[in-house]
Amino acid sequence: MAYELNGESYDVDEEGYITDISLWSRELADLIAEGEEITMTDEHWEVVNFLREYYEEYQIAPAVRVLTKAIKKTLGPDKGNSGYLYELFPYGPAKQACKIAGLPKPTGCV
Amino acid sequence: MPEDSIFETKGVKKNFMFVCNKAPYGTIYALEALEMIMISAAFEQHAVIVFIDDGVFQIKKGHNTKSTGMKNFSPTFGVVSMEKEDADEDDEIDMVWRIVVEKESIEARGLSEEDLVLETEVLSSGELSDLMAKQDVILTS
Repeated sequence: MAYELNGESYDVDEEGYITDISLWSRELADLIAEGEEITMTDEHWEVVNFLREYYEEYQIAPAVRVLTKAIKKTLGPDKGNSGYLYELFPYGPAKQACKIAGLPKPTGCV
Repeated sequence: MPEDSIFETKGVKKNFMFVCNKAPYGTIYALEALEMIMISAAFEQHAVIVFIDDGVFQIKKGHNTKSTGMKNFSPTFGVVSMEKEDADEDDEIDMVWRIVVEKESIEARGLSEEDLVLETEVLSSGELSDLMAKQDVILTS
């Protein structure tokens, strides 16, 4: 399987994660999100951008606890909980948001 | 303990020691040990993370893995630092973490604390063996 965007083809693994994270773009993220039945809003982008920055720095996706804490810091306590993240990414914040962010599948749970 | 309680893990807390004793690249052991450490953090377990033998190279500064084609996971130890800070500072997290390097191992390799990406306690092998005796679980990579 692969994503097709503007005549380019992007290879993915058996679960739909792109295999070359350097090829990621916002347009591609929109396309991946579509496949996940998610329409990207500013709130989604906040999470996705945070994940990419974190991965860039630490070469690993953050634990959900780290993610919620970071969201709490920037967006306030009403959004800094896993309930909010599940609203944005119903099938698991880490799994879906990482996929959209073009990162490898997180090895931990959720 | 009733038989079905094996699925009841809430509140179970143990003292884990992770013994990282392998060189960082060439095998998957070091990376897998790091995964275990991260997972133990997710479950708020107490942990002593020990770097010993060639394992001390895992936290040596200045890794460059370009020619090996392997991912440089050195930056990921920054997360270990952060987890320890969280454990130390956040009252809501009931977790005690220690990061330890064996004195004899770094000396034998011509390293000092300044060469390491993590802030560590330096313990002699004697002190380390005392600490080992206090653990519930010891996992060696």
